Amino acid sequence: MSQAILPSPAGSRSGSSGRLGDRIFGGLALGAALLVLVLLGSIIVILFIGGWPAFKAFGPGFVTSLEWNPNAGTQSEDGPLGIYGAGIPIYGTLITSVIALLVAVPMAFGVAFFLTELAPQWLRRPVGTAIELLAAVPSIIYGMWGFFVIKPLIAADIETPLVHACAHIPVLNWIFAGGTDGYGIFTAAMILAVMVLPFIAATMRDVFLTVPAVYKESAYGVGCTTWEVVRSIVLPYTKTAVVGGIMLGLGRALGETMAVTFVIGGATRINPGLFSGGNTIASMVALQFPEAETGSLKLAALLALGFILFVISFIVLATSRLMLRPKFRE
Amino acid sequence: MKFSSITRTTAVVAALMAGVSSAAMAQSITGAGSSFAAPLYGAWGKGAKADIGVSLNYQSIGSGAGQNQIKARTVDFGASDAPVAADKLAAAQELQFPTAIGAIVPIVNIPGVAANQLKLSGEVLAEIYLGTITSWNDPKIVALNPGLTLPNLAIAPVHRADASGTSFVFTSYLSAVDPAWKTKVGAATSVSWPLGSGAKGNAGVAGSVQNESGGIGYVEFVYAAKNTLTTVELQNAAGVYVTATPASFMVAASNADWAHAKNFVANMLNTQGVQSWPIVSATYALVPENPTDAAKSLAVLKFFDYGFSKGADVATSLYYINLPTSVEAAIRKSWAAIKGPDGAAIWK
Repeated sequence: MSQAILPSPAGSRSGSSGRLGDRIFGGLALGAALLVLVLLGSIIVILFIGGWPAFKAFGPGFVTSLEWNPNAGTQSEDGPLGIYGAGIPIYGTLITSVIALLVAVPMAFGVAFFLTELAPQWLRRPVGTAIELLAAVPSIIYGMWGFFVIKPLIAADIETPLVHACAHIPVLNWIFAGGTDGYGIFTAAMILAVMVLPFIAATMRDVFLTVPAVYKESAYGVGCTTWEVVRSIVLPYTKTAVVGGIMLGLGRALGETMAVTFVIGGATRINPGLFSGGNTIASMVALQFPEAETGSLKLAALLALGFILFVISFIVLATSRLMLRPKFRE
Repeated sequence: MKFSSITRTTAVVAALMAGVSSAAMAQSITGAGSSFAAPLYGAWGKGAKADIGVSLNYQSIGSGAGQNQIKARTVDFGASDAPVAADKLAAAQELQFPTAIGAIVPIVNIPGVAANQLKLSGEVLAEIYLGTITSWNDPKIVALNPGLTLPNLAIAPVHRADASGTSFVFTSYLSAVDPAWKTKVGAATSVSWPLGSGAKGNAGVAGSVQNESGGIGYVEFVYAAKNTLTTVELQNAAGVYVTATPASFMVAASNADWAHAKNFVANMLNTQGVQSWPIVSATYALVPENPTDAAKSLAVLKFFDYGFSKGADVATSLYYINLPTSVEAAIRKSWAAIKGPDGAAIWK
């Protein structure tokens, strides 16, 4: 059957060893492809089985519960079992990712716009490559940079003046609150923004380049400005793929662990205020895992969190693939 | 004839290899757990390799992970700051003993207040972390500090963001001195803190406190001493304000009831004694009672024996407190419970 689709390049007269080689190679390639699927499937199954005690103990309410307290809940002979809910880290994950996108998307659009429409030809390659290289920086580097450079900067130059300036203005004193030590949701979101920027910018640039030149030239021909061309021709043409690129960035932001763990503050409660500590799913697991005992409900809750993160990331990335697909097929 | 020559050669080779291994290759053991104890075990390991030929590979992965590793027998000993409960020790067939003592000190950042000028009591500390005392010029703090001018400044409590043995000891102390803390929050490696910001590690907590005017945090004494942080005086069970010094930790250690402590879990929090620092705790080692490799198990015991007998000065220089000599003797005695695969005690 495989021969019907892909005739052997060596021809039908090649020796049996060649055919055997083809079969072995084909089998290995198929095995490699299947292995990835099996790995993906087993990871999700293992996470679910590991997290099952938590799902069983807390029911569907686990996903929305805002309590994370190892000293509460049913008493066992070794002390309380603890009450664990995923609400706080899910909230933290979503709020940091959304703030990061609010900052990163306009910047990424600016970068892509500049690279495809404004920049002189000689500048496009080096700047484009530099943006792509940003995506290759390991996240621990962003974590250290965030901790040693950005956190003190945000504490001194953003949080302190904003908190003091807004201390007596209603609403604003609620948004810009939560301490001035640099730890918290805002700092984590800023670092995430820098981390997802290259993904979104590179995707946007690539899809902007797929717009047929004849469309743009026609628009220029009727007297459109560069901005009008981008707004009325490029963006509508690439709309789906741009959203797909943003989803790609969101997928990265949701699961980012190391850089966030350094600066998030690790709070196990929801605080009002951008500058207060929080926890994302990934940072919660990273911060609590070393002290979670084998067989404990806490470990089960952390694995259940892993399962939830897996499902969320999977949906986001699958959506992104789906949206990026049609344009690239052309 | 031929057979005997082969056996002879083998015997010679084996003897040679044995000679080589005892002379040049140290018996290597692995340990994992407590990050608090890591510098101490590292220093002891250096000495033990040179002096008794036991080479230690220690992974500082956290107390909880250390407990898991020894339970799974993937390491030769586990290390934990929080003692393991007696029934769990029995179930896992593990022996537990303390190896060194450390203390936790509150640190503050109040303009105009230098190290050891501020006096605090356990109840006030608990109320600060509960959020019932929110300002540095609260009457309750002022009452403890006659003669010290305290600013009208909001208190910014900082706690550990990561689950840690340090948090366990600190929250155990607050639970011991304040009933409200015990019922509302309790003691654990990570608790549901009613307020305050979280920072990662001792360095993170110290950094946060130094960054924010009005900050208060808690760190291991080792860390505070090395970085000359602004520590406070704490009121102990005898009602005396004591400074965090190795001497005051030693008093606490010697005042603990070691004789009646099961598995050497002696309470050193808030002990009686005029000069005793209230937040003192031990770090523990966990070894299997039924080791499969008797030689390795012996090497582990030799390592700790070396640490107790020869490592005291190194420990002191690293700001750890050594166990009272009587406790060390009792620990060596307890090792008799460790039996090799042949049923004989390993430590003689």
